[in-house]
Amino acid sequence: MADFLFEIGLEEVPARMIADAEAELKRRILALLERERLVESGATLNSFSTPRRMAVLISNVAERQQDTSEELIGPSTKVAFKEGAATPAAIAFAKKAGVAVEALKTIVTPKGEYLAATLIKTGRSASAVIADELPKELTSIYWAKSMYWRPGKPERFVRPVRWMIALLGEEIVPFEFGGKPAGRVTYGHRVLFGDAAIAIQTPSEYEAALLDAYVIADAEVRRHKIRKALDRITRTVDGAVWREDHELIDTLTHLTEWASDQSVILGSFESQYLTLPEEVLVTVMRDHQKYLAVEGSSGKLQPNFLAVLNTEADDDGLALIRHGNERVLRARFNDARFFWEFDQRISLKDRVKLLENVTFQKELGSYAAKTTRVRELALGLAELAISRSCKVDGVALDEAATLAKTDLTAELVKEFTELQGIVGGLYAKAQGLSPVASDAIYDQYLPGSMEDAVPRTVEGSLLSIADKADTIAGMFGLGMEPTGSKDPFALRRAANGIVKILAESSTPLPLTLSEVAGRATANEAVEVRVRQFLIERLDFYLRETRGQAYDVAKAVLAAGSDNVRDAVARAEAVTAVRGSADFEAVSAAFKRMKNILAQAKEKGYSGADSAVVAADETHRAQLDLQNAAESVREKVLALRSQHSYIASLEAVATLRPQVDAFFDQVMIMDPDDRIRKSRLALLASIIRSFSGIADFSEIVTAG
Amino acid sequence: MTAISERKRALTFQELLFRLQRFWADQGCVLQQPYDVEVGAGTMSPDTFLRVLGPKPVRIAYAQPSRRPADGRYGENPNRLFRHTQLQVILKPPPERIQELYLESLEAIGINLREHDIKFEEDNWEWPVGGAWGVGWQVMLDGLEITQFTYFQQCGGMDLDPICGEITYGLERIAGFLQDVDSIYDIVWAIEPDTGRKVTYGEMRLAEEEQFSAYSFDYAEVPKLWEHLRLYESECLDLLEKSKNMDEMDSLTLTRFPVLGAYELALKCSHVFNLLDARGAISVTERVGVMARIRSLVVGVAKAHAAQGELLTERRAKV
Repeated sequence: MADFLFEIGLEEVPARMIADAEAELKRRILALLERERLVESGATLNSFSTPRRMAVLISNVAERQQDTSEELIGPSTKVAFKEGAATPAAIAFAKKAGVAVEALKTIVTPKGEYLAATLIKTGRSASAVIADELPKELTSIYWAKSMYWRPGKPERFVRPVRWMIALLGEEIVPFEFGGKPAGRVTYGHRVLFGDAAIAIQTPSEYEAALLDAYVIADAEVRRHKIRKALDRITRTVDGAVWREDHELIDTLTHLTEWASDQSVILGSFESQYLTLPEEVLVTVMRDHQKYLAVEGSSGKLQPNFLAVLNTEADDDGLALIRHGNERVLRARFNDARFFWEFDQRISLKDRVKLLENVTFQKELGSYAAKTTRVRELALGLAELAISRSCKVDGVALDEAATLAKTDLTAELVKEFTELQGIVGGLYAKAQGLSPVASDAIYDQYLPGSMEDAVPRTVEGSLLSIADKADTIAGMFGLGMEPTGSKDPFALRRAANGIVKILAESSTPLPLTLSEVAGRATANEAVEVRVRQFLIERLDFYLRETRGQAYDVAKAVLAAGSDNVRDAVARAEAVTAVRGSADFEAVSAAFKRMKNILAQAKEKGYSGADSAVVAADETHRAQLDLQNAAESVREKVLALRSQHSYIASLEAVATLRPQVDAFFDQVMIMDPDDRIRKSRLALLASIIRSFSGIADFSEIVTAG
Repeated sequence: MTAISERKRALTFQELLFRLQRFWADQGCVLQQPYDVEVGAGTMSPDTFLRVLGPKPVRIAYAQPSRRPADGRYGENPNRLFRHTQLQVILKPPPERIQELYLESLEAIGINLREHDIKFEEDNWEWPVGGAWGVGWQVMLDGLEITQFTYFQQCGGMDLDPICGEITYGLERIAGFLQDVDSIYDIVWAIEPDTGRKVTYGEMRLAEEEQFSAYSFDYAEVPKLWEHLRLYESECLDLLEKSKNMDEMDSLTLTRFPVLGAYELALKCSHVFNLLDARGAISVTERVGVMARIRSLVVGVAKAHAAQGELLTERRAKV
């Protein structure tokens, strides 16, 4: 048994790709060693990554595969030997087994006596196996963007390979990848350690050797150190805390090889810049400079920022670095202020006509055209909502819809595109528009993702839905629907947003998916596809955001997919009761009923035919089920209309004894036509009556 | 911050250029003069755009004034210029230690890496009009982007083999950093040794920024610009049409066939397009179409240049 260490040294790998690639390398190496029987299955291994390397360390790797033996059965002895001499069949078999004819055994099987041989497959050395297999695994690693660098383009990888370590115990595993032979040499931090080679003798010393060379190989350790250092330095400002930003910390972790208390700086900027909106300041700091924002005890932004360095320095050195960073930020803030002030020269209202020159999509016209469509759609949906006693400020919505896209002509948005909508909302407020209209403009792109919040107001929600639905319908109309992994216009995200708003808006919006689809387009064929698309996204939402099981989502949507909130409530009710034995049994029974009806239909018998059968002719169990179903039906309908879905489902489940008895005692496909009809009709009516919450037959049951 | 200013013994703008040129000359680069046709970036100079094509190794460096009319700010913005200077270094094939060489070049201009925070952050470059793209980094020095570092992958829509490493230094930014000034116009360009008089960037270039911003935004005559564009384009297209017969040309005609001239005409189109754009004369709908026209010129020239090179190589092999 030996330790195995693999490290691949690369030129700086994009931060966004490192975590996934590290996980994939780890998974692939483990799978390789398990597949080749070089480690016990379920072995644990450590992985490491910095911008310049990825590595895996695993213990207890067998030095060679165990020999395996395989029993080969050949021709029957009758065929193999004629008059005591080996026939060509026996000779061919011996050749195949790799032994002399005399060495073949005979075995007795139920079919008679046969020739046999034991084939021994000698295990290969771990080193040979890894040398053969590992390069293939490396080639298969997924990169969002890769490059070639060697003449003749022999391979693509994320960045050029600079070195590799492959050590099994103290021995180098000999192979090549990216033009580099595996060896035992690694390199430390570019600046803090320099370019001296570090020879690793045994795998276990890897992490410590790098630590001496100013490289913290374990990304999680680095993350922790960065956070600690940020905490520590922020405490030097009274009452200040740094604003949590997991995504940014993640990026910074993958942009650095080293971290210590001397690798962060707390910079400051002139407080005059605090008159700029916080959103702008934070965007400049986070997105453009990768700085963390600092806030006071009241949550208000402080004129400070935190930068995480890929180096460390003494206090004088840090002062120099801080000075440089402050200089850059000041220039950035100056630019932002310049744009902010410049933009105020033209009001949003005056920018409406400028939208004619901004293309939304070639065939769909300018943003002015889009604005007209979205405004009409938003107001139409508002009218529907109002007619169902939802309160909507129609004037504010109209204003917001008219001005929503005007910030696309503002310099600040051209500079900071991620602030579209937000800047519009801020400008609207600054230019004296109502808070309702301003907030709706501000929130129009929400939710940007499944984790994102939905718009705060009804008006914002309606505007956001209208904007997204218009985009979807427009693109579908041009045949630009998402396919597979291709969704260049992010239509799935838009549709997810619509579903999420309908499901989660703080004031429920009384609108259905068909209403949204129907008003977004006048083309019926497009409408059908858009509605179907929205239902697919609702299914996705139920599963991914609400954590509903695949079959529950399917069952619930089969019973109705138009009202998003209702579908969510029904799904939650089904999940709440599905664990009970009665419910499971009833679900299984429903599936059986459906199957029976389907089979009957194939034979030409329909559950829709009714037949009058006298009570005394009817089987006891059938009568019992009929009566029970009738009494439960009323109860279920009443509970359902009050949206008491759990109670309603529990009521359905009380049918279990009668259902079980019916299936135990009654043969549905009775030869008597009338009786058969009456039984099929009963099943059909039960399915009809009790499938309003979910199609139970879709529920996967243990039986 | 006096302590910090004292620690920096800052290079003048021209000393910065000298040091970088010296450094890359020592690495075997041919020092070329700036290309004398308007370009938006050092990449567009034929010394990059055409030399990266084909198998022939190249090491070349040059400072390229780069014009971007829409970036002009009448000299009022301390951080933005209509025309800035890029130091462009082309290494084909890229040496194994290209990143280390780059870091050494920073030391050569007085940046002690131990005293600064340097990061290579992903930044992939592309010039769609040239059918050119590559992967690489923006190099961040204490939070300031000072260099674009690219491994060219395609040019003129053709895969490059071998690839080429491109290092583009933003000279004004680096000088501003070294001299610790908040405005580009305060950068010291040169110092008279006898009088000690400092000549600033503003003295040398402010008038240009003011007047060319005004020209591009306010004065340039739109109908004439369209006419220029049309003339340059049609001449370029004529040459590209003729280039289709290169394989039938005798060797002397082939050698002298002006693909390089066609490229200048394409560059002229690109510059006129930028002026029209700054002038606000190109509607969004037109924009895509005009860019496609220029793309077909630039990519057409790249293909013709590659073909001419191959034909010449073939014929020389036969002789």
